[in-house]
Amino acid sequence: MATPRPVEIIRNGLWDNNPALVQVLGLCPLLAVTGTVVNAIGLGLATLLVLVGSNLAVSLIRNFVAESVRLPAFVMIIASFVTCAELLMKAYTYELYQILGIFIPLIVTNCAILGRADAFASRNPVLPSILDGAMMGVGFLLVLIVLGGLRELVGQGTLFRDMALIFGPTAQDWVWRPFPEYTDVLFMVLPPGAFVGLGLLIALKNAIDGQIQARRARQASEVTPGSKRVRVTGHIS
Amino acid sequence: MNRGRTSSPHQPGPNRTGRLMAWVMAAALPGLLAQTLFFGWGNLINTVFCIALSVGTEAAVLALRQRPVRFFLRDNTAALTGLLLGLSLPPLTPWWVSAIAVISAIVLAKQLYGGLGANPFNPAMVGYALVLVSFPVALTTRWVAPAGTEEAVLPGLIETLSIIFGGSTPVDAFTMATPLDVYKHGIAGALASQVTTHPTFGDGIARGWEWVNAGFLAGGLFLLWRRIISWHIPVSLLASLALMSLVFGWDPDRATPLSLHLVSGATMLGAFFIATDPVSAATSHRGKLIYGAGIGLLLYVIRTWGTYPDAIAFAVLLMNLSVPFIDHYTQPRTYGHRKARRVGTGGA
Repeated sequence: MATPRPVEIIRNGLWDNNPALVQVLGLCPLLAVTGTVVNAIGLGLATLLVLVGSNLAVSLIRNFVAESVRLPAFVMIIASFVTCAELLMKAYTYELYQILGIFIPLIVTNCAILGRADAFASRNPVLPSILDGAMMGVGFLLVLIVLGGLRELVGQGTLFRDMALIFGPTAQDWVWRPFPEYTDVLFMVLPPGAFVGLGLLIALKNAIDGQIQARRARQASEVTPGSKRVRVTGHIS
Repeated sequence: MNRGRTSSPHQPGPNRTGRLMAWVMAAALPGLLAQTLFFGWGNLINTVFCIALSVGTEAAVLALRQRPVRFFLRDNTAALTGLLLGLSLPPLTPWWVSAIAVISAIVLAKQLYGGLGANPFNPAMVGYALVLVSFPVALTTRWVAPAGTEEAVLPGLIETLSIIFGGSTPVDAFTMATPLDVYKHGIAGALASQVTTHPTFGDGIARGWEWVNAGFLAGGLFLLWRRIISWHIPVSLLASLALMSLVFGWDPDRATPLSLHLVSGATMLGAFFIATDPVSAATSHRGKLIYGAGIGLLLYVIRTWGTYPDAIAFAVLLMNLSVPFIDHYTQPRTYGHRKARRVGTGGA
Protein backbone atom coordinates (compact mmCIF):
# COMPACT_ATOMS: atom_id res chain seq x y z
CA MET A 1 0.00 0.00 0.00
CA ALA A 2 1.47 3.28 -1.04
CA THR A 3 1.67 5.92 1.63
CA PRO A 4 -1.03 8.56 1.04
CA ARG A 5 0.01 12.15 0.41
CA PRO A 6 -0.02 14.50 3.43
CA VAL A 7 -2.98 16.44 2.02
CA GLU A 8 -4.99 13.24 1.88
CA ILE A 9 -4.03 12.33 5.44
CA ILE A 10 -5.16 15.73 6.67
CA ARG A 11 -8.43 15.58 4.75
CA ASN A 12 -9.10 12.06 5.98
CA GLY A 13 -8.54 12.90 9.62
CA LEU A 14 -10.46 16.15 9.69
CA TRP A 15 -13.36 15.37 7.38
CA ASP A 16 -13.57 12.43 4.97
CA ASN A 17 -12.80 9.71 7.51
CA ASN A 18 -13.38 11.61 10.75
CA PRO A 19 -13.17 9.17 13.67
CA ALA A 20 -16.29 10.50 15.38
CA LEU A 21 -18.54 11.43 12.44
CA VAL A 22 -17.68 8.78 9.85
CA GLN A 23 -16.00 5.86 11.60
CA VAL A 24 -18.26 6.49 14.64
CA LEU A 25 -15.57 5.09 16.90
CA GLY A 26 -14.79 5.99 20.49
CA LEU A 27 -18.42 6.72 21.26
CA CYS A 28 -18.16 5.87 24.94
CA PRO A 29 -16.02 8.89 25.96
CA LEU A 30 -17.57 10.98 23.20
CA LEU A 31 -21.04 10.58 24.63
CA ALA A 32 -20.10 10.53 28.28
CA VAL A 33 -17.93 13.60 28.76
CA THR A 34 -19.23 16.15 26.28
CA GLY A 35 -21.43 17.90 28.81
CA THR A 36 -19.28 21.04 28.69
CA VAL A 37 -16.62 22.46 26.39
CA VAL A 38 -13.90 22.16 29.01
CA ASN A 39 -14.52 18.44 29.55
CA ALA A 40 -14.51 17.91 25.80
CA ILE A 41 -11.20 19.73 25.38
CA GLY A 42 -9.65 17.82 28.26
CA LEU A 43 -10.56 14.42 26.93
CA GLY A 44 -9.87 15.43 23.31
CA LEU A 45 -6.35 16.61 24.14
CA ALA A 46 -5.59 13.45 26.08
CA THR A 47 -6.82 11.32 23.17
CA LEU A 48 -4.80 13.41 20.71
CA LEU A 49 -1.65 12.88 22.76
CA VAL A 50 -2.21 9.14 22.95
CA LEU A 51 -2.99 8.89 19.23
CA VAL A 52 0.18 10.69 18.16
CA GLY A 53 2.33 8.74 20.61
CA SER A 54 0.92 5.34 19.79
CA ASN A 55 1.06 5.93 16.03
CA LEU A 56 4.70 6.98 16.37
CA ALA A 57 5.65 3.96 18.45
CA VAL A 58 3.67 1.46 16.42
CA SER A 59 5.20 2.76 13.21
CA LEU A 60 8.70 2.40 14.69
CA ILE A 61 8.23 -1.24 15.67
CA ARG A 62 6.13 -2.24 12.65
CA ASN A 63 8.90 -4.33 11.06
CA PHE A 64 9.93 -6.15 14.24
CA VAL A 65 6.62 -7.44 15.61
CA ALA A 66 5.20 -10.67 14.26
CA GLU A 67 1.78 -10.43 12.62
CA SER A 68 0.16 -12.82 15.08
CA VAL A 69 1.04 -10.84 18.22
CA ARG A 70 0.62 -7.36 16.81
CA LEU A 71 -2.64 -6.52 18.57
CA PRO A 72 -1.40 -7.26 22.13
CA ALA A 73 1.71 -5.25 21.32
CA PHE A 74 -0.37 -2.30 20.11
CA VAL A 75 -2.55 -2.42 23.20
CA MET A 76 0.53 -2.41 25.44
CA ILE A 77 1.87 0.65 23.66
CA ILE A 78 -1.48 2.46 23.83
CA ALA A 79 -1.87 1.61 27.50
CA SER A 80 1.57 3.06 28.25
CA PHE A 81 0.70 6.32 26.54
CA VAL A 82 -2.66 6.48 28.30
CA THR A 83 -0.84 6.09 31.61
CA CYS A 84 1.43 8.98 30.59
CA ALA A 85 -1.56 11.14 29.72
CA GLU A 86 -3.27 10.21 32.98
CA LEU A 87 -0.20 11.10 35.06
CA LEU A 88 0.22 14.37 33.16
CA MET A 89 -3.39 15.33 33.84
CA LYS A 90 -3.01 14.37 37.49
CA ALA A 91 0.02 16.66 37.70
CA TYR A 92 -1.24 19.71 35.84
CA THR A 93 -5.06 19.65 35.73
CA TYR A 94 -5.97 17.68 38.82
CA GLU A 95 -9.56 18.96 39.12
CA LEU A 96 -10.35 18.17 35.51
CA TYR A 97 -8.78 14.75 36.02
CA GLN A 98 -11.21 14.16 38.86
CA ILE A 99 -14.19 15.30 36.78
CA LEU A 100 -13.30 13.07 33.82
CA GLY A 101 -12.57 10.19 36.20
CA ILE A 102 -12.72 6.74 34.66
CA PHE A 103 -12.89 8.06 31.10
CA ILE A 104 -9.18 8.93 31.07
CA PRO A 105 -7.99 5.33 31.71
CA LEU A 106 -10.75 4.17 29.37
CA ILE A 107 -8.99 5.87 26.44
CA VAL A 108 -7.15 2.53 26.16
CA THR A 109 -10.34 0.97 24.90
CA ASN A 110 -11.04 3.74 22.37
CA CYS A 111 -11.31 1.78 19.14
CA ALA A 112 -10.28 4.81 17.11
CA ILE A 113 -6.76 4.57 18.52
CA LEU A 114 -6.29 0.82 18.03
CA GLY A 115 -7.92 1.22 14.63
CA ARG A 116 -5.38 3.82 13.49
CA ALA A 117 -2.50 1.76 14.89
CA ASP A 118 -3.58 -1.29 12.93
CA ALA A 119 -4.91 0.36 9.78
CA PHE A 120 -2.30 3.06 9.29
CA ALA A 121 0.70 3.16 11.61
CA SER A 122 1.61 -0.52 11.22
CA ARG A 123 1.85 -0.10 7.45
CA ASN A 124 3.39 3.34 6.98
CA PRO A 125 6.62 5.17 7.80
CA VAL A 126 7.03 7.27 10.93
CA LEU A 127 6.33 10.77 9.68
CA PRO A 128 3.05 10.06 7.87
CA SER A 129 1.97 8.02 10.91
CA ILE A 130 2.56 10.95 13.24
CA LEU A 131 0.64 13.24 10.90
CA ASP A 132 -2.21 10.73 10.69
CA GLY A 133 -2.37 10.40 14.48
CA ALA A 134 -2.37 14.17 14.88
CA MET A 135 -5.07 14.75 12.26
CA MET A 136 -7.32 11.97 13.54
CA GLY A 137 -6.85 13.35 17.04
CA VAL A 138 -7.66 16.88 15.96
CA GLY A 139 -10.71 15.65 14.05
CA PHE A 140 -11.91 13.84 17.16
CA LEU A 141 -11.13 16.86 19.34
CA LEU A 142 -13.06 19.23 17.07
CA VAL A 143 -16.17 17.05 17.12
CA LEU A 144 -15.89 16.79 20.90
CA ILE A 145 -15.67 20.58 21.21
CA VAL A 146 -18.63 21.23 18.90
CA LEU A 147 -20.76 18.63 20.67
CA GLY A 148 -19.66 19.88 24.09
CA GLY A 149 -20.46 23.45 23.09
CA LEU A 150 -23.87 22.45 21.73
CA ARG A 151 -24.77 20.53 24.87
CA GLU A 152 -23.44 23.18 27.23
CA LEU A 153 -25.25 25.99 25.41
CA VAL A 154 -28.60 24.23 25.11
CA GLY A 155 -28.38 22.33 28.37
CA GLN A 156 -27.12 24.99 30.75
CA GLY A 157 -27.25 28.22 28.75
CA THR A 158 -23.53 28.92 29.04
CA LEU A 159 -20.44 28.53 26.91
CA PHE A 160 -16.84 28.01 28.04
CA ARG A 161 -17.62 27.69 31.73
CA ASP A 162 -14.87 26.48 34.08
CA MET A 163 -12.20 26.93 31.43
CA ALA A 164 -9.84 27.70 34.31
CA LEU A 165 -9.57 23.95 34.85
CA ILE A 166 -7.29 23.77 31.81
CA PHE A 167 -6.06 27.27 31.07
CA GLY A 168 -5.41 28.54 34.57
CA PRO A 169 -6.99 31.34 36.60
CA THR A 170 -6.92 33.88 33.73
CA ALA A 171 -9.61 31.84 31.99
CA GLN A 172 -11.97 32.18 34.93
CA ASP A 173 -14.14 34.83 33.26
CA TRP A 174 -14.23 33.37 29.75
CA VAL A 175 -17.71 32.05 30.54
CA TRP A 176 -20.36 33.49 28.25
CA ARG A 177 -24.04 33.59 29.23
CA PRO A 178 -26.18 34.65 26.29
CA PHE A 179 -29.42 34.35 28.24
CA PRO A 180 -29.62 35.98 31.68
CA GLU A 181 -32.37 33.71 33.00
CA TYR A 182 -32.09 30.23 31.60
CA THR A 183 -33.93 27.10 32.66
CA ASP A 184 -31.61 24.11 32.38
CA VAL A 185 -32.68 21.63 29.71
CA LEU A 186 -31.79 18.43 31.55
CA PHE A 187 -32.26 16.33 28.44
CA MET A 188 -29.19 17.86 26.80
CA VAL A 189 -27.16 17.61 30.01
CA LEU A 190 -27.92 13.90 30.36
CA PRO A 191 -26.44 11.23 28.01
CA PRO A 192 -29.48 11.07 25.64
CA GLY A 193 -28.69 14.65 24.61
CA ALA A 194 -25.27 13.46 23.46
CA PHE A 195 -26.83 10.79 21.25
CA VAL A 196 -29.23 13.28 19.68
CA GLY A 197 -26.50 15.90 19.33
CA LEU A 198 -24.09 13.49 17.65
CA GLY A 199 -26.88 12.26 15.38
CA LEU A 200 -27.58 15.84 14.31
CA LEU A 201 -23.87 16.49 13.65
CA ILE A 202 -23.59 13.34 11.51
CA ALA A 203 -26.73 14.35 9.62
CA LEU A 204 -25.27 17.83 9.06
CA LYS A 205 -22.02 16.36 7.70
CA ASN A 206 -23.91 14.04 5.36
CA ALA A 207 -26.04 16.96 4.16
CA ILE A 208 -22.94 19.05 3.42
CA ASP A 209 -21.30 16.13 1.61
CA GLY A 210 -24.47 15.62 -0.41
CA GLN A 211 -24.50 19.30 -1.44
CA ILE A 212 -20.84 19.17 -2.48
CA GLN A 213 -21.41 16.02 -4.49
CA ALA A 214 -24.47 17.46 -6.19
CA ARG A 215 -22.53 20.59 -7.15
CA ARG A 216 -19.68 18.50 -8.54
CA ALA A 217 -22.08 16.40 -10.59
CA ARG A 218 -23.69 19.56 -11.96
CA GLN A 219 -20.34 21.03 -12.92
CA ALA A 220 -19.25 17.80 -14.57
CA SER A 221 -22.39 17.60 -16.66
CA GLU A 222 -22.25 21.21 -17.82
CA VAL A 223 -21.43 21.63 -21.47
CA THR A 224 -18.08 23.15 -22.20
CA PRO A 225 -18.45 26.44 -24.07
CA GLY A 226 -17.95 26.27 -27.80
CA SER A 227 -19.08 22.67 -28.24
CA LYS A 228 -21.86 21.95 -30.69
CA ARG A 229 -25.08 20.18 -29.76
CA VAL A 230 -26.76 17.55 -31.84
CA ARG A 231 -30.50 17.12 -31.56
CA VAL A 232 -31.28 13.42 -31.22
CA THR A 233 -34.92 13.30 -30.05
CA GLY A 234 -38.16 14.92 -31.09
CA HIS A 235 -38.99 16.34 -34.49
CA ILE A 236 -38.15 19.73 -35.84
CA SER A 237 -41.21 21.77 -36.61
CA MET B 1 -76.19 -14.60 -8.54
CA ASN B 2 -76.47 -10.95 -7.72
CA ARG B 3 -73.34 -9.52 -6.26
CA GLY B 4 -74.50 -5.95 -6.23
CA ARG B 5 -72.34 -3.09 -7.33
CA THR B 6 -68.84 -3.27 -5.90
CA SER B 7 -65.83 -1.27 -6.79
CA SER B 8 -62.48 -2.86 -7.22
CA PRO B 9 -61.07 -3.72 -3.80
CA HIS B 10 -57.83 -1.88 -4.32
CA GLN B 11 -59.54 1.40 -5.12
CA PRO B 12 -58.60 3.77 -2.30
CA GLY B 13 -60.92 6.46 -1.05
CA PRO B 14 -59.80 10.05 -1.39
CA ASN B 15 -57.06 10.76 1.17
CA ARG B 16 -58.01 8.03 3.62
CA THR B 17 -55.39 8.92 6.21
CA GLY B 18 -56.72 12.44 6.54
CA ARG B 19 -60.28 11.21 7.17
CA LEU B 20 -59.14 8.58 9.68
CA MET B 21 -57.06 11.08 11.61
CA ALA B 22 -59.96 13.53 11.64
CA TRP B 23 -62.14 10.80 13.17
CA VAL B 24 -59.50 10.05 15.78
CA MET B 25 -59.34 13.73 16.68
CA ALA B 26 -63.10 13.95 16.89
CA ALA B 27 -63.16 10.90 19.16
CA ALA B 28 -60.83 12.66 21.58
CA LEU B 29 -63.33 15.48 22.09
CA PRO B 30 -65.30 13.90 24.99
CA GLY B 31 -62.06 13.48 26.91
CA LEU B 32 -61.03 17.05 26.17
CA LEU B 33 -64.45 18.25 27.26
CA ALA B 34 -64.11 16.40 30.57
CA GLN B 35 -60.63 17.85 31.03
CA THR B 36 -61.98 21.33 30.46
CA LEU B 37 -64.90 20.80 32.86
CA PHE B 38 -62.77 19.48 35.71
CA PHE B 39 -59.38 21.09 35.16
CA GLY B 40 -60.26 24.42 33.57
CA TRP B 41 -59.21 26.06 30.34
CA GLY B 42 -55.60 24.85 30.42
CA ASN B 43 -55.87 21.72 28.30
CA LEU B 44 -58.08 23.43 25.73
CA ILE B 45 -55.63 26.33 25.33
CA ASN B 46 -52.66 23.93 25.23
CA THR B 47 -54.40 21.81 22.61
CA VAL B 48 -55.21 24.72 20.32
CA PHE B 49 -51.68 26.10 20.71
CA CYS B 50 -50.04 22.70 20.13
CA ILE B 51 -52.14 21.92 17.05
CA ALA B 52 -51.41 25.31 15.48
CA LEU B 53 -47.68 25.08 16.19
CA SER B 54 -47.54 21.45 15.08
CA VAL B 55 -49.16 22.15 11.72
CA GLY B 56 -46.97 25.23 11.26
CA THR B 57 -43.79 23.31 12.05
CA GLU B 58 -44.77 20.46 9.76
CA ALA B 59 -45.44 22.91 6.92
CA ALA B 60 -42.10 24.64 7.48
CA VAL B 61 -40.11 21.40 7.52
CA LEU B 62 -41.96 20.05 4.47
CA ALA B 63 -41.15 23.24 2.61
CA LEU B 64 -37.50 22.91 3.65
CA ARG B 65 -37.47 19.31 2.46
CA GLN B 66 -39.05 20.44 -0.82
CA ARG B 67 -42.06 18.17 -0.41
CA PRO B 68 -45.62 19.13 -1.42
CA VAL B 69 -46.80 20.98 1.68
CA ARG B 70 -50.56 21.04 1.13
CA PHE B 71 -50.75 17.39 0.13
CA PHE B 72 -49.02 16.21 3.31
CA LEU B 73 -50.82 18.64 5.60
CA ARG B 74 -54.14 17.17 4.52
CA ASP B 75 -53.28 13.82 6.14
CA ASN B 76 -53.94 15.55 9.51
CA THR B 77 -51.24 13.58 11.29
CA ALA B 78 -49.37 16.70 12.42
CA ALA B 79 -52.58 18.07 13.90
CA LEU B 80 -53.16 14.78 15.72
CA THR B 81 -49.64 14.89 17.18
CA GLY B 82 -50.36 18.40 18.45
CA LEU B 83 -53.71 17.29 19.87
CA LEU B 84 -52.17 14.34 21.75
CA LEU B 85 -49.50 16.59 23.25
CA GLY B 86 -52.09 19.17 24.27
CA LEU B 87 -54.16 16.44 25.95
CA SER B 88 -51.27 14.86 27.82
CA LEU B 89 -49.28 17.88 29.00
CA PRO B 90 -50.34 19.32 32.38
CA PRO B 91 -53.01 22.05 32.01
CA LEU B 92 -50.79 24.88 33.20
CA THR B 93 -47.67 23.98 31.22
CA PRO B 94 -45.87 27.16 30.14
CA TRP B 95 -46.04 27.77 26.40
CA TRP B 96 -42.34 27.36 25.73
CA VAL B 97 -42.35 23.87 27.24
CA SER B 98 -45.23 22.87 24.97
CA ALA B 99 -43.43 24.49 22.05
CA ILE B 100 -40.24 22.49 22.68
CA ALA B 101 -42.33 19.30 22.93
CA VAL B 102 -44.18 20.00 19.66
CA ILE B 103 -41.12 21.07 17.68
CA SER B 104 -39.00 18.14 18.80
CA ALA B 105 -41.91 15.79 18.08
CA ILE B 106 -42.39 17.02 14.53
CA VAL B 107 -38.78 17.82 13.59
CA LEU B 108 -36.73 15.23 15.47
CA ALA B 109 -39.11 12.31 15.80
CA LYS B 110 -41.06 12.58 12.55
CA GLN B 111 -39.56 14.60 9.71
CA LEU B 112 -35.89 13.76 10.30
CA TYR B 113 -36.81 10.10 9.95
CA GLY B 114 -38.52 10.80 6.64
CA GLY B 115 -42.01 11.98 7.57
CA LEU B 116 -45.26 10.11 8.01
CA GLY B 117 -44.92 6.33 7.92
CA ALA B 118 -41.17 6.31 8.41
CA ASN B 119 -40.97 7.28 12.06
CA PRO B 120 -40.08 4.38 14.37
CA PHE B 121 -41.30 6.25 17.46
CA ASN B 122 -44.60 7.87 18.28
CA PRO B 123 -43.78 11.57 17.65
CA ALA B 124 -46.06 12.97 20.35
CA MET B 125 -44.56 10.68 22.98
CA VAL B 126 -40.99 11.58 21.96
CA GLY B 127 -41.86 15.23 22.50
CA TYR B 128 -43.56 14.47 25.81
CA ALA B 129 -40.71 12.31 27.11
CA LEU B 130 -38.16 14.91 26.08
CA VAL B 131 -39.81 17.73 28.04
CA LEU B 132 -40.62 15.40 30.95
CA VAL B 133 -36.94 14.50 31.28
CA SER B 134 -35.80 18.07 30.66
CA PHE B 135 -38.19 20.03 32.86
CA PRO B 136 -39.36 17.71 35.65
CA VAL B 137 -40.50 20.61 37.83
CA ALA B 138 -42.66 22.27 35.19
CA LEU B 139 -44.28 18.95 34.32
CA THR B 140 -45.10 17.77 37.81
CA THR B 141 -46.22 20.96 39.57
CA ARG B 142 -48.53 22.28 36.86
CA TRP B 143 -51.48 19.93 37.34
CA VAL B 144 -54.69 21.69 38.30
CA ALA B 145 -56.73 20.82 41.37
CA PRO B 146 -59.94 19.27 39.99
CA ALA B 147 -63.19 21.22 40.18
CA GLY B 148 -65.17 20.48 43.33
CA THR B 149 -62.20 20.36 45.67
CA GLU B 150 -63.08 22.43 48.76
CA GLU B 151 -59.87 24.35 49.36
CA ALA B 152 -58.97 24.82 45.70
CA VAL B 153 -60.15 27.17 42.98
CA LEU B 154 -60.23 26.56 39.27
CA PRO B 155 -58.18 29.23 37.45
CA GLY B 156 -60.28 31.40 35.14
CA LEU B 157 -59.64 31.96 31.45
CA ILE B 158 -57.58 35.14 31.91
CA GLU B 159 -55.55 33.64 34.75
CA THR B 160 -54.88 30.48 32.76
CA LEU B 161 -53.74 32.51 29.76
CA SER B 162 -51.40 34.60 31.90
CA ILE B 163 -49.93 31.47 33.50
CA ILE B 164 -49.39 29.70 30.19
CA PHE B 165 -48.23 32.61 28.05
CA GLY B 166 -47.36 35.37 30.54
CA GLY B 167 -44.91 33.37 32.57
CA SER B 168 -46.59 33.94 35.93
CA THR B 169 -46.34 31.10 38.42
CA PRO B 170 -49.64 29.49 39.41
CA VAL B 171 -50.70 30.11 43.00
CA ASP B 172 -50.86 27.09 45.28
CA ALA B 173 -54.66 27.01 45.34
CA PHE B 174 -54.71 26.22 41.61
CA THR B 175 -52.44 23.22 41.58
CA MET B 176 -52.52 19.77 43.09
CA ALA B 177 -50.49 16.61 42.60
CA THR B 178 -52.09 13.90 40.47
CA PRO B 179 -53.84 10.99 42.21
CA LEU B 180 -51.22 8.48 41.02
CA ASP B 181 -48.49 10.69 42.47
CA VAL B 182 -50.27 11.21 45.80
CA TYR B 183 -51.08 7.52 46.24
CA LYS B 184 -47.63 6.33 45.29
CA HIS B 185 -45.89 8.62 47.77
CA GLY B 186 -48.56 8.50 50.44
CA ILE B 187 -48.94 4.75 50.68
CA ALA B 188 -45.32 4.32 51.76
CA GLY B 189 -46.14 5.63 55.23
CA ALA B 190 -49.90 5.32 55.63
CA LEU B 191 -52.92 3.07 55.10
CA ALA B 192 -55.16 3.25 52.07
CA SER B 193 -57.98 4.78 54.13
CA GLN B 194 -55.67 7.58 55.26
CA VAL B 195 -54.19 8.26 51.82
CA THR B 196 -57.55 8.53 50.12
CA THR B 197 -58.63 11.37 52.42
CA HIS B 198 -56.47 13.60 50.19
CA PRO B 199 -58.81 15.92 48.26
CA THR B 200 -57.50 14.74 44.89
CA PHE B 201 -59.41 11.48 45.30
CA GLY B 202 -62.80 13.06 46.06
CA ASP B 203 -65.77 10.81 46.71
CA GLY B 204 -65.08 8.39 43.86
CA ILE B 205 -61.80 6.90 42.79
CA ALA B 206 -60.04 9.98 41.47
CA ARG B 207 -61.93 13.25 41.28
CA GLY B 208 -62.21 14.51 37.72
CA TRP B 209 -59.74 11.99 36.38
CA GLU B 210 -62.42 9.29 36.34
CA TRP B 211 -64.53 11.40 34.01
CA VAL B 212 -61.58 12.30 31.80
CA ASN B 213 -60.74 8.62 31.45
CA ALA B 214 -64.40 7.78 30.86
CA GLY B 215 -64.41 10.38 28.07
CA PHE B 216 -61.38 8.85 26.41
CA LEU B 217 -62.83 5.36 26.89
CA ALA B 218 -66.03 6.47 25.14
CA GLY B 219 -64.00 7.98 22.31
CA GLY B 220 -61.95 4.80 22.09
CA LEU B 221 -65.06 2.61 21.90
CA PHE B 222 -66.34 4.86 19.13
CA LEU B 223 -63.08 4.31 17.21
CA LEU B 224 -63.45 0.56 17.72
CA TRP B 225 -67.04 0.68 16.46
CA ARG B 226 -65.96 2.66 13.39
CA ARG B 227 -63.19 0.08 12.91
CA ILE B 228 -60.57 2.81 12.85
CA ILE B 229 -58.54 0.96 15.47
CA SER B 230 -58.60 -2.76 16.21
CA TRP B 231 -59.30 -4.12 19.68
CA HIS B 232 -55.99 -5.93 20.08
CA ILE B 233 -53.79 -3.18 21.46
CA PRO B 234 -56.19 -1.53 23.96
CA VAL B 235 -57.51 -4.85 25.26
CA SER B 236 -54.13 -6.48 25.72
CA LEU B 237 -52.73 -3.28 27.23
CA LEU B 238 -55.49 -2.94 29.81
CA ALA B 239 -55.51 -6.69 30.49
CA SER B 240 -51.80 -6.89 31.16
CA LEU B 241 -51.94 -3.75 33.33
CA ALA B 242 -54.79 -5.34 35.29
CA LEU B 243 -52.97 -8.66 35.59
CA MET B 244 -49.80 -7.01 36.85
CA SER B 245 -51.81 -4.97 39.33
CA LEU B 246 -53.69 -8.03 40.62
CA VAL B 247 -50.52 -10.06 41.01
CA PHE B 248 -48.22 -7.46 42.52
CA GLY B 249 -50.56 -4.81 43.91
CA TRP B 250 -53.57 -6.70 45.24
CA ASP B 251 -53.24 -5.06 48.65
CA PRO B 252 -54.35 -1.38 48.49
CA ASP B 253 -52.46 -0.71 51.71
CA ARG B 254 -49.19 -1.42 49.95
CA ALA B 255 -49.58 -0.42 46.32
CA THR B 256 -51.78 1.63 44.00
CA PRO B 257 -55.02 -0.34 43.47
CA LEU B 258 -56.17 -1.51 40.07
CA SER B 259 -59.12 0.91 40.02
CA LEU B 260 -56.79 3.88 40.31
CA HIS B 261 -54.48 2.45 37.64
CA LEU B 262 -57.37 2.18 35.22
CA VAL B 263 -59.25 5.43 35.72
CA SER B 264 -56.51 7.86 36.58
CA GLY B 265 -53.47 9.19 34.79
CA ALA B 266 -53.37 8.83 31.04
CA THR B 267 -54.37 5.15 30.97
CA MET B 268 -57.36 5.37 28.62
CA LEU B 269 -55.83 8.09 26.47
CA GLY B 270 -52.75 5.92 26.13
CA ALA B 271 -54.58 2.67 25.50
CA PHE B 272 -56.94 3.94 22.80
CA PHE B 273 -55.28 6.97 21.25
CA ILE B 274 -51.51 6.78 21.75
CA ALA B 275 -50.57 3.10 21.69
CA THR B 276 -52.76 2.49 18.63
CA ASP B 277 -50.75 4.81 16.35
CA PRO B 278 -50.61 2.65 13.21
CA VAL B 279 -47.13 3.79 12.17
CA SER B 280 -45.18 3.01 15.30
CA ALA B 281 -47.22 0.03 16.59
CA ALA B 282 -46.77 -3.63 15.65
CA THR B 283 -48.39 -4.75 12.39
CA SER B 284 -50.01 -8.18 12.68
CA HIS B 285 -52.81 -9.00 15.12
CA ARG B 286 -50.62 -11.34 17.13
CA GLY B 287 -47.92 -8.68 17.14
CA LYS B 288 -50.40 -6.08 18.37
CA LEU B 289 -51.39 -8.32 21.27
CA ILE B 290 -47.75 -8.67 22.33
CA TYR B 291 -47.11 -4.96 21.79
CA GLY B 292 -50.10 -3.89 23.89
CA ALA B 293 -49.30 -6.38 26.63
CA GLY B 294 -45.74 -5.09 26.74
CA ILE B 295 -46.94 -1.52 27.18
CA GLY B 296 -49.30 -2.55 29.98
CA LEU B 297 -46.52 -4.42 31.75
CA LEU B 298 -44.02 -1.57 31.44
CA LEU B 299 -46.70 0.89 32.51
CA TYR B 300 -47.18 -0.98 35.77
CA VAL B 301 -43.45 -1.49 36.31
CA ILE B 302 -42.56 2.18 35.82
CA ARG B 303 -45.57 3.50 37.75
CA THR B 304 -44.83 1.22 40.69
CA TRP B 305 -41.07 0.84 40.89
CA GLY B 306 -39.89 3.80 38.83
CA THR B 307 -39.51 7.43 39.82
CA TYR B 308 -42.23 8.84 37.57
CA PRO B 309 -45.88 8.71 38.67
CA ASP B 310 -47.20 8.05 35.15
CA ALA B 311 -45.45 6.20 32.40
CA ILE B 312 -47.45 6.11 29.17
CA ALA B 313 -44.75 7.92 27.19
CA PHE B 314 -41.86 5.75 28.36
CA ALA B 315 -43.81 2.50 28.05
CA VAL B 316 -44.95 3.34 24.50
CA LEU B 317 -41.48 4.43 23.41
CA LEU B 318 -39.83 1.32 24.83
CA MET B 319 -42.30 -0.91 23.02
CA ASN B 320 -41.89 1.14 19.80
CA LEU B 321 -38.25 0.15 20.07
CA SER B 322 -39.14 -3.55 20.07
CA VAL B 323 -41.65 -3.37 17.23
CA PRO B 324 -39.21 -4.54 14.50
CA PHE B 325 -38.38 -7.53 16.69
CA ILE B 326 -42.06 -8.30 17.36
CA ASP B 327 -42.92 -7.91 13.67
CA HIS B 328 -40.14 -10.28 12.69
CA TYR B 329 -41.45 -13.09 14.88
CA THR B 330 -45.17 -12.57 14.32
CA GLN B 331 -45.24 -12.50 10.54
CA PRO B 332 -48.52 -14.16 9.56
CA ARG B 333 -48.48 -17.24 7.36
CA THR B 334 -49.24 -16.37 3.76
CA TYR B 335 -52.16 -18.23 2.25
CA GLY B 336 -51.12 -21.50 0.64
CA HIS B 337 -47.80 -21.67 2.46
CA ARG B 338 -46.94 -23.76 5.46
CA LYS B 339 -45.36 -22.09 8.39
CA ALA B 340 -41.64 -21.79 7.85
CA ARG B 341 -39.65 -24.16 10.00
CA ARG B 342 -37.24 -22.54 12.36
CA VAL B 343 -33.70 -23.66 11.64
CA GLY B 344 -31.99 -25.20 14.64
CA THR B 345 -35.05 -25.97 16.76
CA GLY B 346 -35.18 -29.59 15.68
CA GLY B 347 -37.59 -29.11 12.79
CA ALA B 348 -40.75 -31.19 12.69
